[in-house]
Amino acid sequence: MSDDRLSTVFGALADPTRRAILDRLAEGPATVTELAEPFEMSQPAISRHLKVLERAGLISRSRQATFRLSHLEAKPLREATEWLARYREYWEESYQRLDELLASIQRDPDE
Amino acid sequence: MSKETRIIAEPGIPQIIIEREFDAPRDLVFRAHTDPELVKQWLGPRNLSMDIDRFEVRDGGIWRYVQRDEQGNEYAFHGVFHGDPSPDSIVQTFEYEGYPGNVALETLTLEERDGKTLLRTNSVFQTLEARDGMLQSGMEHGVNDGYERLDELVASLASVG
Repeated sequence: MSDDRLSTVFGALADPTRRAILDRLAEGPATVTELAEPFEMSQPAISRHLKVLERAGLISRSRQATFRLSHLEAKPLREATEWLARYREYWEESYQRLDELLASIQRDPDE
Repeated sequence: MSKETRIIAEPGIPQIIIEREFDAPRDLVFRAHTDPELVKQWLGPRNLSMDIDRFEVRDGGIWRYVQRDEQGNEYAFHGVFHGDPSPDSIVQTFEYEGYPGNVALETLTLEERDGKTLLRTNSVFQTLEARDGMLQSGMEHGVNDGYERLDELVASLASVG
């Protein structure tokens, strides 16, 4: 994810329609028509969402005959969430280790 | 006294507050945060090695550390202290070198009651997106190559949003 910024990916993910699009693409590639189907939204509106996702590197698009397919690109999402998923675990584990350190210093102040 | 790490965030405010109590006096908790020989013994999970590059605990001092996982991937962080750090408050900037330009401002305060200390860290982010990105870390799910895991992940993102 060297060129992508965290804020671009999470800006892309901030919208519930875009998250639902990614969920659908997790099942396999789809055309704009197929993606628009579950929403009460025009195809141009869906296309605007797809542009945001493509800019964030979360989807790629290919041309098949007369229509365009969108494909999920899992790697940017995986890299972002792997970094972030550690945040809560990071602090919980760190503070447990700090508990142990504080206890050992207080048991033996000369360390 | 709760050993729970409380993470508090409100919609629309680009801030994360963490609260945690420790069974120790305030001066000791402060020392654990400002003596690099102590910091490296607790900061970060056990599976990451911790290498403190700089730790100048004074107004304008630079801090930097690098953590490495078992695969050899490096995660480096740095920032600057503002004002002279004391048990009343430590103010510093925080930047993850993997995502340069996203800088948070952190204030740590220590409050002692009955020999126990409440640590409170307040991190302010430049954008809601940067703050929300941090918050998503409440998810336990990671993503692997299987689309099933990604499906779960996106569903859990949808329920947090």
